[in-house]
Amino acid sequence: MRFLRRFFIRLSNFTAGRRADQRLQEEMAEHLALQTEENLRAGMPPAEARRQAALKLGAAQAIREHHNAEQGLPLAENLLLDIRYAFRMLLRAPGFSLIVIATMALGVGATTAIYSVIDATLLHPLPYPNPSEIVHIEANLPGVGAHDVGFSIPELKDLQNSGIFQYVSFCFHGSENVTGSAQPTHIDGATVSPSYFAVLGVDAALGRTFDPHDASLGSNGEVIISDGLWKRAFGADPHIVGKSLRLDNDLFQIVGVMPASFRDQGQTSRERGTELWASDGFSDRTPPMRGTRLQYDTIARLQPGLSPQAAQGRLDALIASLKKQYPADYPPQAAWSIHLTPLAETLVGNVRQSLLLLFGAVGLVLLISCVNVANLLLARASARGREMAVRQALGAARMRLVRQLLTESLLLFVLGGITGFAVLFCARKFLLQFVPESLPRLNDISISWGVLAFAIVVSVAAGAIFGLAPAWLTSRLDLTTTLRQEGRGSNGSRKRSRLRHVLVIGELALSLVLLIAAGLLLRSFWDLFKVQLGFNPTRVMAIETTLPNPNDPKTDIYHTATQESVFLREALRRIRTLPGVEETAVSDRAALPLGHGQNDLRQRPLIREGQEEQSSEPPRIDTSIVSPEYFHVLGMTLVRGRLFADQDLEDTPSIAVINQAAARKYWPNQNPVGKRVIIRSRVAKPGWTMIVGVIADARTESLADAGIPQMYFDIYQRPAKFLALYLRGQVDPAAILAQVRTHVQAVDPEIPVFHAETLNDVLSSSLSVRRFSMEMVALFAATALLLAGLGIYGTISFLVNEQSREIAIRFALGAQRRDILRMVLRQGLTLAAAGAGTGLVGALIVSHLMAGLLYGVSPYDLSIFAGVTAVLTAVAIAASYIPALRAMRLDPITTLHAE
Amino acid sequence: MKEKPDVLQGTLALMVLKTLDVLGPQHGWGIARRIEQISGDLLAVNQGTLYPLLLKLEHEGSVASEWGASENNRRARFYRLTVTGRKQLQTETRDWNQTAAIIARFFEVKAEDLP
Repeated sequence: MRFLRRFFIRLSNFTAGRRADQRLQEEMAEHLALQTEENLRAGMPPAEARRQAALKLGAAQAIREHHNAEQGLPLAENLLLDIRYAFRMLLRAPGFSLIVIATMALGVGATTAIYSVIDATLLHPLPYPNPSEIVHIEANLPGVGAHDVGFSIPELKDLQNSGIFQYVSFCFHGSENVTGSAQPTHIDGATVSPSYFAVLGVDAALGRTFDPHDASLGSNGEVIISDGLWKRAFGADPHIVGKSLRLDNDLFQIVGVMPASFRDQGQTSRERGTELWASDGFSDRTPPMRGTRLQYDTIARLQPGLSPQAAQGRLDALIASLKKQYPADYPPQAAWSIHLTPLAETLVGNVRQSLLLLFGAVGLVLLISCVNVANLLLARASARGREMAVRQALGAARMRLVRQLLTESLLLFVLGGITGFAVLFCARKFLLQFVPESLPRLNDISISWGVLAFAIVVSVAAGAIFGLAPAWLTSRLDLTTTLRQEGRGSNGSRKRSRLRHVLVIGELALSLVLLIAAGLLLRSFWDLFKVQLGFNPTRVMAIETTLPNPNDPKTDIYHTATQESVFLREALRRIRTLPGVEETAVSDRAALPLGHGQNDLRQRPLIREGQEEQSSEPPRIDTSIVSPEYFHVLGMTLVRGRLFADQDLEDTPSIAVINQAAARKYWPNQNPVGKRVIIRSRVAKPGWTMIVGVIADARTESLADAGIPQMYFDIYQRPAKFLALYLRGQVDPAAILAQVRTHVQAVDPEIPVFHAETLNDVLSSSLSVRRFSMEMVALFAATALLLAGLGIYGTISFLVNEQSREIAIRFALGAQRRDILRMVLRQGLTLAAAGAGTGLVGALIVSHLMAGLLYGVSPYDLSIFAGVTAVLTAVAIAASYIPALRAMRLDPITTLHAE
Repeated sequence: MKEKPDVLQGTLALMVLKTLDVLGPQHGWGIARRIEQISGDLLAVNQGTLYPLLLKLEHEGSVASEWGASENNRRARFYRLTVTGRKQLQTETRDWNQTAAIIARFFEVKAEDLP
């Protein structure tokens, strides 16, 4: 209490600038007078009495200082003085200050930029209440190499009744045709369990969400729409609840509108932009059998207070008991298992590693900037040796000097940080363009207060750490020598130059690490970019369309392959008449190269004749459905057998084409042509399918992996609803979508046509995250190289300055210019060699850690390590060459005279 | 001549409070003189600490000060004990006595007294 009262009075005195000088003066005068009187009474002569009184009182100035310190807050006063002084010093050396501030702005700005991305993607919780309770549930069959196989209805019921979760829901992000209006529109929609919004914990803004306990079989006819769709398609009608809309000719009733702030969960921006949710129990289409799984994403909300680890433990116990109960459905060799992951983690997925790599890279850039600035501060310290000596001679304590120097460097660092943040803030719109669209939670990236706090904390921490050593060394000097030598080559300079060497070596080492990381990423990217695709994406345009998919098959006019083929052939014939179009093809969206698109339910159990007929867990294979021209349009080559032909129709024997990887894996050392398989699906006729051809492997599924087994069916034998049209030729990408739409809708006006993209664009966007991290790391590495070059240049220049006397004497003694050049360059090379040696060790560790991000290049690739070391050495030599030239041109006479 | 020891750190505040308690309102010199007298001139009060200490006590609310006229009719600043100061004096006196008693007991103990 007493302490607080005292503090506040002092604080108010300090802020109001109130002083007690006058009062103390009077008190002291009175004190002197009283003491003098006392002395007189004791019998002293008047002069002696006054003298003794003054002696007894002591040094008046010291009393005043103590008194003033008690009156105000000396720490704060000194800080203000220091800051004022620091500003003056900063203005006195504007060039120096500018370089330091710019360097720090670069370091802090870049770090803050990457931090803002990480903040949005990795650190920010999901925008739902109690986000840590929401988990993603994945079922795997590691025994047959199948992942994320989904759940059957009985399994889902087991999960729901297990007591581990509050709600379990599956969700299936797809697209819906909204029909019945003037222009059929196509929106991103999702089919979800009635408990979906209960899992997310979000309520509707208007109307209601689905009843989580709704037990209706199949669709209950209810949909919920997003705020955006409500405003766009329904003019924000306040009485929207209860009205109906048509999806693929089925009538649905709108029961709710989600809040404007609601974003769906999902990995892509398309999934997060879902605008319509239909509830579905799925039970009518699929008989409730354990082995018949729906390949949908499953999410759930854990019971409150249950950690994902504890839940996983209880889930494992549940699985063990289910396996005992239904041994026929869960054969031990399939090794059925269920894995829980916090939803936030699955949504970020594989981007985490790339982002952490970027953060590491930018951290190194920051570190290098700090080291550079520390180096500059040290160089300045030698210039200020005399100032420090004079201050010490006048009685400044060392701690006081350190404090003042630290204030100066902190001011520089913080100004740099604020500048960096300001630049980032102004350029945020521009910079966001470079972030790939496939980055999860891209829309959440913002330059918020948290990011500002991060920038300031980083600058202050950097200033404190990297300002302390220079301040300590600057304030440490031998007074007499420094003053006598008039500031030249002061005594502390030895220690300082040793520290400067260490700093430059560190800087070079860090740059080498970054350069090698960048080199490895660049090489991986290049290898992927240059990889033999096995298909030809140039001049091919893909356009998506979706046929109506009504719940009642009787209303489906495209139910059979024959029904659908009439439409497809006519649509393709019309599109082929478009100017520039040479060839056309159609496939389901699973066959869209590198699409990983929606409705991607392509892994199906493969039953080979004579092999898996009895097995309950057959292997799974990627399947797609294509028209006969597909292989030619995409330039995929036939290796064996034949492709689909016009005479293969719904009523002719079912046939399939596989790729070489499938042949190798499932029919090793045999000719697969003529072999028979069963692939069950909703649209397939029961019975055997014969393999008629083998095509060469193509990287249609993943650029990094050519050997993924694929099986293709003829679209005129197996109908597909989610389609991609392919156009090869010289078409106008801006106009083509409208042209194709006109032609398709001339055949059936109810069919939407959307999302035109060239395959080259698809290819480059599939590389976008890789490209982004490669470009960023390369940019950071270039920055690091520049900073390291500046660092070594500064250090060698400084050395040459310090050694100018020695060089002059050498010249006077007959040294050749060549010798001097060699001497200076040797110093630069020694630093570079030490830096490269340290850096190589660090680079080995870092490249080992980032092995997962590399493709086709060893993390210890000799050519990259050697090349980067050579580049760094070259930069170091070039940076030392300029001061070396200066040293060579030194005039011995003037230099020695100047001393 | 032997130097007079300065007042022990921390005890000066207690002496000032006690002096004001006994003598009533006093100016700075009076306080210093009284402390020296009571110590039998064994202690010297350092003015460099006295005046800042008085200011500190005033900030803490233990003493209050105002201008008044001294014995020889000059303007002088008089310090007096406040209610808070009196309470503080009581607690500190009790604490001090306790400490002193403990120390005294330590000095009295001889080796043979220990069990």
